[in-house]
Amino acid sequence: MSLWKIAWRSIQQRGLASALTALSMALGVLLVVAVLSIHGVVAQSFNSTSLGYNLIIGAKGGKLQLTLNTVYYLSQPVENIPYEYYLEFTEGGERRRALGHSIRAHVHDAQWDAIDTASLLGTDGLGGILVGESLRAAHADELDLERRGKFGQFSEIAVPLCLGDYFGQFRVVGTTPDMLNKLKYGPYGDKAYAFSQGRNFEHWNTEHGYFEAVVGATVAREMNVILGQNISPAHGDPERGGEVHATQFTVVGILKPTGTPNDRAVFINMEGFYLMEDHVKPLPEGEGEGTGFADIPGGFAEAGEEHGHHGHEHGPQEPLPVEQREVTAILLRTVASNPFIGVTLPTTINEGSVAQCVLPIREITNLFSFIVAPIQAALLGITALVCLVSGISILVSIYNSMSDRKHEIAVMRALGAGRGTVMAVILFESILLSVGGGMIGWIGAHSLMCVPAISDRVEQQTGVPIGFTSFAPPIENLELLGLGPLIGSVPPELLLIPALLLLAVSVGFLPAMAAYRTDVAKSLGS
Amino acid sequence: MLQLENLKKSYIEPNGHVLPVLDIPSFQVEAGEQMVLLGQSGCGKSTLLHVIAGISGPDSGSVLLDGHDMGALSEAGRDRYRAAKLGYVFQTFNLLAGFSALENVLLGMTFARRRYNVKRAEQLLDRVGLTERSHHKPAALSVGEQQRVAVARALANQPSLLLADEPTANVDPANQQTVIDLIRESCREENIAMILVTHSMEVADQFDRVDRLEEINTLSTKTASRS
Repeated sequence: MSLWKIAWRSIQQRGLASALTALSMALGVLLVVAVLSIHGVVAQSFNSTSLGYNLIIGAKGGKLQLTLNTVYYLSQPVENIPYEYYLEFTEGGERRRALGHSIRAHVHDAQWDAIDTASLLGTDGLGGILVGESLRAAHADELDLERRGKFGQFSEIAVPLCLGDYFGQFRVVGTTPDMLNKLKYGPYGDKAYAFSQGRNFEHWNTEHGYFEAVVGATVAREMNVILGQNISPAHGDPERGGEVHATQFTVVGILKPTGTPNDRAVFINMEGFYLMEDHVKPLPEGEGEGTGFADIPGGFAEAGEEHGHHGHEHGPQEPLPVEQREVTAILLRTVASNPFIGVTLPTTINEGSVAQCVLPIREITNLFSFIVAPIQAALLGITALVCLVSGISILVSIYNSMSDRKHEIAVMRALGAGRGTVMAVILFESILLSVGGGMIGWIGAHSLMCVPAISDRVEQQTGVPIGFTSFAPPIENLELLGLGPLIGSVPPELLLIPALLLLAVSVGFLPAMAAYRTDVAKSLGS
Repeated sequence: MLQLENLKKSYIEPNGHVLPVLDIPSFQVEAGEQMVLLGQSGCGKSTLLHVIAGISGPDSGSVLLDGHDMGALSEAGRDRYRAAKLGYVFQTFNLLAGFSALENVLLGMTFARRRYNVKRAEQLLDRVGLTERSHHKPAALSVGEQQRVAVARALANQPSLLLADEPTANVDPANQQTVIDLIRESCREENIAMILVTHSMEVADQFDRVDRLEEINTLSTKTASRS
């Protein structure tokens, strides 16, 4: 008969007390595994949200706030940057098209239409027309209408974001269709956004004009949004008195769950965003006057008012002029052909006076390292203490039983068991209670991960799938607990086994010593 | 087989006084010999058995078992020797409550570091008439059955010497003779020497050799106040 079996029989002999002490250890380990799993889910969630772009450009100020705002739609909205700055990240064609809706382009056209008319009247002939075209182009250059975006050659994808509006508790993101068409997400940045219902919003169409919206999976679920529903964003945080816009957007798509903060966002067409009241950037006094642009239907100056009574009988409407637009941030994926751009471009942008450029991965990593990880390390420490207390309860349980078991130990000694043997039996007992209880706790924790109510919710909220075999990833900041980088690279759940063994031997040592010191002759007579 | 020479054993009382218990100039038991040791309560019978078993070491003198001096062995050596060469039947049986009858028999083999032989354990239980009760725990056995399990356990390692400390004291009269017969017959079959401590003259009368501890212990009962 093995010493393990002798130890197990002893545990069985004290069934209730043994079960309770093992249960306390099980609960301790369950808590540890739960904290480790939460850490893993949070870490994976953090790691999988920012892919698809590598830089964020926004107003100068706090880097973290810009990142939180742009990636997680958290924190108070930041300041805006001119729309024309966004155009610096586009190629010439797009910039030219966008500037076609600028005030100065219209001024340019109006002035040259007048000159053309005068020229024709002056009958300068073909030479006069060519000279006129040359002068028109020079004037356009002077008005900065023709060149390519300054950073266009470095941009693979540049997606503007306009923030500040809410739908219920969820952020409304004014952007372009590229946001959901071109950006990818997921741990490897290879997952395209997919729709559970409907499609992506369009820049403009005859049915809804500029006023189409797509909602994230969480928004659809929490706000009971259905396809075709008209929704009205509120200007500013509704909990802080934000007023609901009269403008309505038609929901044309509902995203499948992505596990990213985009599940908790409403995406509306940026052109429609600009046409809502209070979204027009005031022009400096005198600018634009006398150009005749105020007369354009749905024109720039009165855009908000024009659409305040917005129904859905849209005709082609004039978008807001470039000069009256702002963006909150630009999501930028730099060209892959030159990886140094991702390093040098932020420096160039930050040296300018208009905007700042942040590397979201760095900000997220810093946030995780300096805020989230220490909190989780503290939680881990607390749960480790719970295990220690459970271990002490094992010590108390076994030690209290020692006075009753002295006779039993003496009998074993009389049958030929050495001091080391009876000591080993007690240590094995402690190990069985600790490791056995720990295994029950581990199985319990991982079984909870299989419960659909839990696993489905975690996946919906974070995009991280969990199941029975989901192991917590290594904790990079275990140095905070005084553990070295080597241990820090090992999956922490594997560390539970030696930790439990160490704990078991530690707490079993005292009663084992009592067994070791048992006076056989005296105890046999008792 | 067993030879005690100039064996002395004393205890230190809580007040620091040394209390001599045993002073045995010479004592021998031959291989396969069965003898009874009589003595008044407190004369040192159990102490003598403990010293022979190596549970307690002697102050001086030698305990030779099969030619090996138990007193010269380390404690661990005495443990091993005890497990291999000695069988012990206690007055209170001392079966381990969490183990079945069969497991109690196997325990003795475990501590002797032998590959435990389930077949032999079952044969021993069969010999003491407990085949049907081998998987019952002590609490489910009668007093007589418990003592029979204790006898089987003492014989498990085929010892050279069996020490039986008042084995029938807690057994009902109807079963006392059965237990004595069982022990004697088993020892005879396996050529095991036996020292049986008892107060019962009825039991003692059945043995060829009966020694009184007071006769072999020069301290006699006047100074031996504990056993």
